Amino acid sequence: MTTAPERPAAAPATGAVVTPLRLTWLHLRFQFLESIRIPMAVIGNMLFPALAMAFFVVPQQEVAQNPLWATTAVAGLAMFAVCSASLFSFGLGVAEDRQLPFDPYVRTLPAGPAPRMAARIINAAIFAVLGLLPLIVVAWLFTAASVTVLQLLAGIGMILVALVPFVLLGMAIGYSMPAKAALAVVQVVLFPLAFAGGLFLPPMVFPAWLDAISKLTPTRAARDLLDQALTGTTAYGGAWPVLLGWTLVFAALAVWAYRRDEGRRFR
Amino acid sequence: MTRTRPPERAPARREAPSAPAPGPASGPAVVAVRGVTRRFGDVVALDDVSLDVRPGELVGLLGPNGAGKSTLLSLINGQRRPDSGTVRLLGGDPRDAASRLGLGVTPQESGLPATLRVAEVVDFVAGHFPDPVPSADLLEQFGLAETARRQTGALSGGQKRRLAVALSLVGRPRVLLLDEPTTGLDVGARQALWEAVRGYHAGGGTVLLTSHYLEEVQALAQRVVVIDRGVVRADAPLDVILRRVALRQVVLTCAVDLSTWPGVVRTAAPAGPDDAARQTLFTADADALVRDLVRADVDFRDLEIRGASLEEAFAEMVEPGALVEGADR
Repeated sequence: MTTAPERPAAAPATGAVVTPLRLTWLHLRFQFLESIRIPMAVIGNMLFPALAMAFFVVPQQEVAQNPLWATTAVAGLAMFAVCSASLFSFGLGVAEDRQLPFDPYVRTLPAGPAPRMAARIINAAIFAVLGLLPLIVVAWLFTAASVTVLQLLAGIGMILVALVPFVLLGMAIGYSMPAKAALAVVQVVLFPLAFAGGLFLPPMVFPAWLDAISKLTPTRAARDLLDQALTGTTAYGGAWPVLLGWTLVFAALAVWAYRRDEGRRFR
Repeated sequence: MTRTRPPERAPARREAPSAPAPGPASGPAVVAVRGVTRRFGDVVALDDVSLDVRPGELVGLLGPNGAGKSTLLSLINGQRRPDSGTVRLLGGDPRDAASRLGLGVTPQESGLPATLRVAEVVDFVAGHFPDPVPSADLLEQFGLAETARRQTGALSGGQKRRLAVALSLVGRPRVLLLDEPTTGLDVGARQALWEAVRGYHAGGGTVLLTSHYLEEVQALAQRVVVIDRGVVRADAPLDVILRRVALRQVVLTCAVDLSTWPGVVRTAAPAGPDDAARQTLFTADADALVRDLVRADVDFRDLEIRGASLEEAFAEMVEPGALVEGADR
């Protein structure tokens, strides 16, 4: 190691940069490797939705044996699983990452926030789909839930779109506060959102005022759109604008929080 | 650096007297810090700091722990923003990713992602740069070739340090920031890393390194910036700083005031009021001073001689009249 690296002072040719696409791929590979090197976290994430299905839906015969209700229940659980995984793994995961000394180093590399965030979203999508597979198997074996192949693909596509705002919200939380605070905030945000969004109880049983609030939440919009993809029930008219609107709001929040963040709050 | 050489076809018969001298310290500053203040709550980490580093310089930032050295580096590498003042890196804002293409930074050794393999971490960092050093070559250079398949968590402390420095060089940086590069290393490993830094600098690279070891700065730097409690205390060539910092303390009790004795750089206040005759003299050559005192038959007793710590040496620089010299301001 006594020899110097050759051409250290060679200035990078003007304009020669690594494209954002390659940077995103780079960060995705890095984050994916980090995720799978701790297999228990991956397995837990994969089992949770299936277990929830087995414990909460399968025993209720009148729901489980009604094809429409069972499918709707799967949609609600799938959405809750995706919401919770996104908020926890990003809210908490990002906050924990920021406390590791490698994170400030990565921020000194020539890549802005976009490739890292895009990679996080794609990484979340990969694990969300993996986590849904056991859920689909349980639903298929033990309930009357039924979908066509086309509906299943539409549903998975819809989930991938719907998880984006929750990943962004998770990142906004993770970049704004330390891990312990992030954990509390994620819990405070997740359960009301899930309840108001009709992920636990079907919104048909909501009083009118709650239904009106519900329709403004990203969870309700996502749930109804997913239900529409899986069962053909028409979602309410405002669902898309509400989902996309929240996506924009959370994206802005996430970028703001990232830029404002300077790692740990001490020297 | 080739960029700074005058064009070869230029007529050679007349040297413009105002032209910057060719050599390492010429050309526009690659790191320019102007009037920067940074607070953390009530603590002022940096107070109106200015510093220019020119292409090809090897600058040591010397100061005790908590002096503000790492804060200054974190402003230059774009991790933090100053409360006031400006920081430019290679002519741009260090918070823009594009400005950092020519920057090399070391991660803290303790912060390498423990579950990833050495080659994976190198490939990840290398992927950010348009023309990286091939990973295999880099690992070979730093004696890490056999560890490529190991997880970084399994490396020894010295191997982690070497990997950290290797990572800072993978993008062929024009500016290298090294934060306490060899703290906690044994002598052999330290020498080897110093050799790597010298090699990089010999190839035309610019280095800004922090250390709280005088020895490390002495081994590497040509120019030394002394920083303490967030203020630049001195900015001068290495030998000038060494003369001021490498002092000995001569403590003795003597009725005569020796503060103006030849060779005495400065004195420290007596320990207590009842001890007014007890004097602390700082000098570059304690042996010569004591010989002189004996020869002149000065009546002293309770002689003690010890080295001055870096902190004690810095205390000198706070005193009026001993402030910044030779600085780029």
